[in-house]
Order: sequence, then structure tokens, then C-alpha cells
Amino acid sequence: MAEPLLLEMKNIHKRFPGVYALRNVSFELRRGEVHALLGENGAGKSTLIKVLGGIYEKDEGEMILDGQPMKLNSVEEARAMGVSIIHQELVLVPYLTVAENIFLGRETGKGPFVDRDRMLRETQRALNELGLNLSPTALVAELNLAQQQMVEIAKAVSFNAKVIVMDEPTSSLSDKEVDLLFENVRKLKAKGIGVIYISHRMSELQQIADRVTVLRDGEYVATRDVRTTTNDELVTLMVGRQLDHYYTRTYNPCAETVLQVKNLNSARVHDVSFDLHKGEILGFAGLIGAGRSETMQAIFGLDAIQSGSILLNGNEIAGQKASAILDAGISLVPEDRKAEGIFPGMSIRFNITLKVLRDFIRGIRVNRSQEQAIADRYIKELRVKAPGRETFMGSLSGGNQQKVVIGSWLASEPKVLILDEPTRGIDVGSKSEIYAIMNELVKNGMAIIMVSSELPEVLNMSDRIVVMREGRVSAILDHTEATQENIMQNAVSI
Amino acid sequence: MTLREKLFGSGKGYVKRNAGILIGLLVICIVISISSNKFLTQENLMNVLRQISTNLYLASGMTMILICGGIDLSVGSIIAITGVTAGTLLNMGLPIPLVILGCLMMGALYGTINGAIISRTTLPPFIVTYSMMQILRGATYVYTGGTTVRIDNRAWINLGTGYAFDFLPLPVIYLLVLLVIVFLILNKTRLGRHVYAVGGNERAAKFSGISVRRTRMFVYIFSGVMGALAGMVLCARSYSGNPLAGNGAEMDAIAACVLGGTSMAGGYGYIGGTLIGALIIGLLNNGLNLMRIDSYWQIILKGIVILVAVYVDYVKNLKKAKAV
Repeated sequence: MAEPLLLEMKNIHKRFPGVYALRNVSFELRRGEVHALLGENGAGKSTLIKVLGGIYEKDEGEMILDGQPMKLNSVEEARAMGVSIIHQELVLVPYLTVAENIFLGRETGKGPFVDRDRMLRETQRALNELGLNLSPTALVAELNLAQQQMVEIAKAVSFNAKVIVMDEPTSSLSDKEVDLLFENVRKLKAKGIGVIYISHRMSELQQIADRVTVLRDGEYVATRDVRTTTNDELVTLMVGRQLDHYYTRTYNPCAETVLQVKNLNSARVHDVSFDLHKGEILGFAGLIGAGRSETMQAIFGLDAIQSGSILLNGNEIAGQKASAILDAGISLVPEDRKAEGIFPGMSIRFNITLKVLRDFIRGIRVNRSQEQAIADRYIKELRVKAPGRETFMGSLSGGNQQKVVIGSWLASEPKVLILDEPTRGIDVGSKSEIYAIMNELVKNGMAIIMVSSELPEVLNMSDRIVVMREGRVSAILDHTEATQENIMQNAVSI
Repeated sequence: MTLREKLFGSGKGYVKRNAGILIGLLVICIVISISSNKFLTQENLMNVLRQISTNLYLASGMTMILICGGIDLSVGSIIAITGVTAGTLLNMGLPIPLVILGCLMMGALYGTINGAIISRTTLPPFIVTYSMMQILRGATYVYTGGTTVRIDNRAWINLGTGYAFDFLPLPVIYLLVLLVIVFLILNKTRLGRHVYAVGGNERAAKFSGISVRRTRMFVYIFSGVMGALAGMVLCARSYSGNPLAGNGAEMDAIAACVLGGTSMAGGYGYIGGTLIGALIIGLLNNGLNLMRIDSYWQIILKGIVILVAVYVDYVKNLKKAKAV
């Protein structure tokens, strides 16, 4: 039986100077429904959410929440009507407690004095209601990402939200944490709250969503019932064409060893050993905090090594500085694109060429044409969609930024490429392109290490899979024997 | 490509980037030249250039530091301690080249201390360089007992007051050389790109194999040396090493950078913009004097003009950001 309608957005139009961001988009949400919003980056999902949240003003169209027409001019009005948005980048104050964050800006009390006991009481009640195991007096800085997200959810509930929007809530969570999040989302459903769920991960939709609406290029494409729709159909709706090879992978015959890590120890990883062969993609699976990124940073010289050996083509490189390791032929595309990978205020050209300045700057002589040639080469090879090489990095979509970042690491022509979460937070079209690029690179003899928290990605792209748990290697599986189940068994402690 | 284009790009970018502040500069020039017929004389203009030189020495170092994501409050005090040091060494009868070398090395030393602390700890640059500013200023007072050190070495004084080709003040010559050097460092060297990278995203710079520590050390040492240069020129111009000299000079230098479009958050800035920023501050001082405006009021007006200029720039950037 269909629940009554909670929210209706009808024929929404939104124009920006030179861009038609939303063209006649309609969307509806029922009570207790999880309605996913799907589309490539730039399809108009965020714009639609910002219109709903009062951040943007719509140019045309109608919005009705609980039978009340919504005329929004500000975020406060949207919130007062019952719309809460949980952004991808959480906006909590790290050095305040859970309770203080939940009541931020609406502290209760007499006059200038905050009624701390009441705030703690009400926070505890909101947490209990959701069955969250958090202390109201814990500092947010001490919580992990998943717990911080729960604080955001509790905050939304304490606002008496009718509609909660979650923008890519799982992009930085491990599988176990995702399960916890979904449990909480189901509790919201049970309370009759409508949830708008934005995610690039198709597999999640089957688990959590009831219906899904697909947008493409600012236009409404279709709304489907999740249970009766396959992932392939959804992908086709999103990109408007058949993605015949979502995962591209041709396996190469086993070749010589390029990188050999033996009994590597650092403050955060213990006794890590593995081999990497030419033309191979070696996947690294495990929960968040299992030590995968830490292993990579130790290999790349960013984390101090306590003992162990790292042989690159037979040469010991353990303990060298990052710049020396880069020169030796290892590149590391870091996990957190925004914080560790890009210079948003600079051009694509600056970003791509930063690691190979020596190739075209001698003293004060800059070989401009050489510099431009390097930039253009990787813009072309990685199919970066941008007006030109001088375009600001910050104005590109996530997928294109990631391609530029990968390009900047390929520019040093490495023998070993380490990709840490190469497709996090980017759209399916770009993902598929990045998979194709990886396949091409290994075909040409490169060796790739791919750290990923997305099991389907690890399973479909890797030759072999290293599973880590609590800073140690718990298994190394061949792609022929690896399954979601045996990876997870090795990833969680028993 | 012509040599000019090769060195400086097309020039169109420069005008476009600095359009707002160039218009401001023009307005100031027009207003002053209407209200005073002494403004557009060669003597006065050369005087303005001489006066802004010291600010621009500091601002050159400051531009690099701001781009690199830091700040240096100690340069004003370096001016004072350098002036006193130079005066003392000259009065001891040391030859001029040795005095210059000594002063520059002292400046580099102060910068090294700043840089070493800032690049090896997470102490905020504001506090580290503020402490250095207090220590050096205090040391200058202690050494001199608050009195000035007279300088009567004619050759030395000539270095600050003399002319080249009978019309170009010598400090302006140093300035031109310096501007070219800073321009080349920022735009033509690997080091320059590292400065932008460290200020733009420190962690990404680290992941890119850039030595963040070394880059930071460099900008603070450079700034210290610039403080010493300003100190030497100023003491030569005023015939004395004065423990009060350079009080608040660091703020004028920062204002010139920010007026010229350099971001205080790091990662963005150009030496060409700083040049215009310093010109605006210098012309403003000069014009208000020529218009015989009360010197106490001048301070207020200067504050207002800088605030308005930065606000206009902010509004312009806001529009640009919205258009995207």
C-alpha cells in the first residue's frame, strides 16, 4: 500500500548565467520512503537539493510539503518547514560535544546562560530514539566519520525534520559502518520521515531505497521502483547510452616481479609482505582503518618505516624520502582527493606538471611548449573534459578532477602506480572510463596497486586481492577464488 | 613569441587581473594632480618612488610568504635592528661591503630562526613572527638605550640618498633589480611553483614529493634578508640607526600585498599586483601631504581607502564566483 505523499516538487526550473541547471524537473517523496536520486556529476542532483534546502531560489515551479506550499528564501525557512540536509562534507564543530553540536545556534536556557542539563537530556533522548550508542558529552573530534554522521542524523531528527536529504553518506564509510547507517535510515523510515538518498553506489540502492529517480543533464529522466529495476537499466538511464563494459579487464600473463615488500613495519602496520608483478592490478581490500592507506604511505616514504624491506626492481628503497621514491618510479594517487590530491586554485596545467617540473624548468628557463605538451598529453590520454588546460582545477567535476590527479602521477612515468580509492565520489561514466584507463596501463606493462572499499570494484578489477585486517595482511586471494564472502571473512576479526 | 611575451606573458592578463586596482590607482592620480600642481613633477614622483621602495622590499618577501600560506610580522623590527647594527659597524670603521654582508647575514639569520620554528612545528606563523618582532625590537632598545646611532659615513649615506643618471634614486634601482628577481623566482623556477603548491594545499604538496619544510625555510629567510635590505636603505636615508624605525612597516607591506590581490589564505598572488598595491599606498601618503591634510586625519583616510579597495575587490570576486 502506498503511503501518502509527503513532498512534491513540480516542474522546477533553475537557470544560472549561461547554464540551464534544472529544466522542468519533478520529484515526489512519500512518508517513510527512501527515494534515491541518481545521476552523473552535473546531472542536477545537487542543484535540486539546494533548491529544496533553500540555498538556491527556483526560477519556476512549485513545491508542496505536507500539503503546505513552500516559498523559500533561506536555509532557516527550509529547516523550519522540516527539511534537513546532511552534506557529504559533514559540518560539525570538532571541539564541541555531541550535545553542543546538536543544539548549535539554538541553545536553550535562561537569558545568556545555557541550560546544559536540559541540552544533555534532550540529546540523550534523541540518541535513544534512534538507538545510537553515543555519549552526549563526547567531543565530535574524537568520533569517527560514521559516528559523526549519526550525530548529523540525530541533529536532523531533533529539528523535527520531515524530510532528510543524505548526500553521498557512504562515500567514506567502511562496509560495517554502512550497515549501521542503513539500520538508522530504516529507523527514520519507521518514524514516517522521508529520506532523499544520493549515492553513486548502485549496490546500495537495492539494499536501502524504495524508489529511484534518475536525472540527466538537468532533466528528469524516469522514476522506477528499485525492486523491479536492474542496475544495468539504471546505468543506461543515467548515461543515456549502454555502458557495454562497465568494468574493462583483460588479464595479462604473469610476468616478473616489480615490487617486493617484505615484513614491513611502521607505527600503524605490522609484518606486511606481498609481491607485485608487471602488468598486474593488485587489489587491497579491508575495512576502514585496516592499514591499507597506511601501508601505501609507508611504501611511498610519507610514513616512517620501523623495519622491513621494499625492493623496486631489486633495489632497496625502504626509508627513502617521497621525492626519491617518486624518482625511482612509484606514484601514489592519494585517497582524499580534496585534501591530498589537488590544488583547486591553480590550473589543470599546474596540477599535471607539478611533479615533473624538472622536465621543462632549468634554473629560470621555462620550456613553455614542453610544459603545454605534457599537460595536453595527459588531458587527452585521460579524456579530461574541460574547456582547456588553463581551466581552474576547482571548477571541474569530481570525476574530471580525479582524472587530472591520475594524469599528474602518470606524468612522472612510473613503473608502479598506487591508486588509493581511485573512484570515490565520482559518477559511473567517469568510473567506467577510469577502469578502462587502468586496464590500458597494465596492458602496457605498468603494475598497479588499487586500494578500494568497494568490493565489486576490487573483485572485478584485480588480478589478485590482498585483504588486510588491523594492520596485518590476513589473506592474498587470486581473482578466480575471491568472492565477497571470503574477502569479508578475512577483513573482519572473528 | 617576442622576448617580452616570453618573459611576462601577453600583458593582457596583467591588466585584466588587476583591472579594479589599476582603475583605483588612476583615480587617485587624477584626484591628486587636480588638487595639487606639485604632484606631476619629476622631483615629486621620484620622491614617491624612493619612499615606496622600502615598503616594496618588505612586500616582495611578504608576497612570497603569503602565497606560501604564512605571514611575517618581524620585518619591521628587522629594519630597526639592522639600522642600529649598520650604524655601529660603520662607526667601528668597517668597510662598506663588509657591513652590507654582515647586515644581510643577520637578516638571513632572523629569517632562519622564524622559518626553522614554523616549518618544524605547528606553531602559528603569526605568533612565532610576532614573538620575533618583540624580541628584536626589545633588543634594539636595550642595545641603544633608546637613543639613535648617528651615521656620518658619506659613502654609506649616498647609497640611500644618491641618484643614478642624475634623476633615478638609487633605492629605486635596487627595487627594480629585486622585482625582477622575485618575478623570476615565482614564475620561472621550480621553487616558485613549490611556493604556490605549499600555500595552495600543503598535504597535496607533501604527497607530490615537495619538501614543504625547505620551501617554508626559503620564504622566511628571503623575507628576513628583505627586512635587512630595507633597514640598510632606511638608515642611510635618515643618517642614523633609529630603534623606532620600521614600526608598523610589516602592516604596510601586508596591505600592499593584499591590495595587489595576494590571498592571505595562501596559494594565490602576484608580485605585479603587490607593486600596484604599494604604489597606491605611496601615492596616497604623498597626495594627502600635498593636499595639506592634517596628518592625524591622514591615518584615518588611509585606513578607509584600503578597506574600500579590498571590499571592491571582494565584490568583484563574488560576482566571478557566482558566474561559474
